[in-house]
Amino acid sequence: MLDAAEWGIVALSLKVGGVAMLVTLPVAFALAWLLARVSFPGKVIVDAAIHLPLVVPPVVTGWLLLLAFGPNGPIGAWLQDWFGITVLFRWTGAAIAAGVMALPLMVRAMRISIEAVDRRLENAARTLGAGPWRVFWTLTLPLSIPGVLAGAVLGFARSIGEFGATITFVSNVPGETQTLPLAIYSALQQPGADAMVWRLSCVSVGLSLVALIASELLTRRAGRGLHVL
Amino acid sequence: MSFEIDVEKRLGDTRVSLTLDAGEGATVLFGPSGVGKSSVLNMVAGLLRPDRGRIAIDGETLFGDGVDIPPERRRAGYVFQEARLFPHMRVRANLLYGVRGEAERFEDIIGFLGIGHLLDRWPRTLSGGEAQRVAIGRALLSQPRFLLLDEPLSSLDRARREEIMLAIEHVRDVLKLPILMVTHDPEEAERIGNRVVRM
Repeated sequence: MLDAAEWGIVALSLKVGGVAMLVTLPVAFALAWLLARVSFPGKVIVDAAIHLPLVVPPVVTGWLLLLAFGPNGPIGAWLQDWFGITVLFRWTGAAIAAGVMALPLMVRAMRISIEAVDRRLENAARTLGAGPWRVFWTLTLPLSIPGVLAGAVLGFARSIGEFGATITFVSNVPGETQTLPLAIYSALQQPGADAMVWRLSCVSVGLSLVALIASELLTRRAGRGLHVL
Repeated sequence: MSFEIDVEKRLGDTRVSLTLDAGEGATVLFGPSGVGKSSVLNMVAGLLRPDRGRIAIDGETLFGDGVDIPPERRRAGYVFQEARLFPHMRVRANLLYGVRGEAERFEDIIGFLGIGHLLDRWPRTLSGGEAQRVAIGRALLSQPRFLLLDEPLSSLDRARREEIMLAIEHVRDVLKLPILMVTHDPEEAERIGNRVVRM
């Protein structure tokens, strides 16, 4: 079983992953809807930019976040001046890194489920007197909900596993930014911590497996709405 | 109540073009598949934008002369080839989706369509004929000014066709809604149409 410190690591990971997923969710959904339903100039570029964190080395993403959120960075300076806060070496920074890394996966899953919503149904609703917003709330959203949840679960799992961008951006601070993968990495550097590596790795694999299965089950419901769950 | 339609639209290699001035009753657009009959209905409903032309109902311009009324304000009762019922809503919610008017209309309409016993069912449990009757009911309950029917019988067997045909005749003769219907079946065209336009 896990000791108190290890439970703390798991709890921190769940907090970082949960907050990252919740904050990224609306952004990811808006982007997914935009890519699925709107044509606009430069769409290919927006699409590519969203997917960048998936292919760029995570250390580069972490470094870019450091530039943006550092004391002299545009966002970092603004946060410091207006709110007196910094996200460096804080769990909030870890959540930002995790959210950015999870974004492409979430957008992908949600986009597929929005595209799976039959536009002929949306057209039928328009002829029945529903404006674009009503169509969105009564058809597009409820019918794509399973895919949206699948994307959220996937994003949560990805957030918990985030390593490269996190360690570059907010370092490896026990109790603050040391999530599961960072704790496993630290334990690997210490002689005699094999048992801890095993235990934390098992938790990681277990959490990821549950998330992947949940996400897969939800994806299969996409386009049919939650009522069939 | 009359339809004035004069539209042109290029769709891939096909050029859809129709000029039509029709009065009361049912007007049938008749012709082989692929000539753009359904596209004409979509243009009248506001789901497809003509390249040029004018669409007016009862003298009110829906499209043309700088006007392009969005579909939700055209008050078209559109019944598609497939029922297009919303899969996550029961029959009752489908029927009420676009409802306008008083409660007794609801009873009247579900009465003559014979769908009162289906209200609590999910669309996926309905037969083709039942789904199509619900779709007609849903369109009528939105209190449309006119009805657009896009081959509403084509996916049904003979017995079901007769049911829907009677319902359409009821709409034409009793409710007196102007109808614009698309079909490639000469028998249907003959029976429903007060006038038949070949495309």
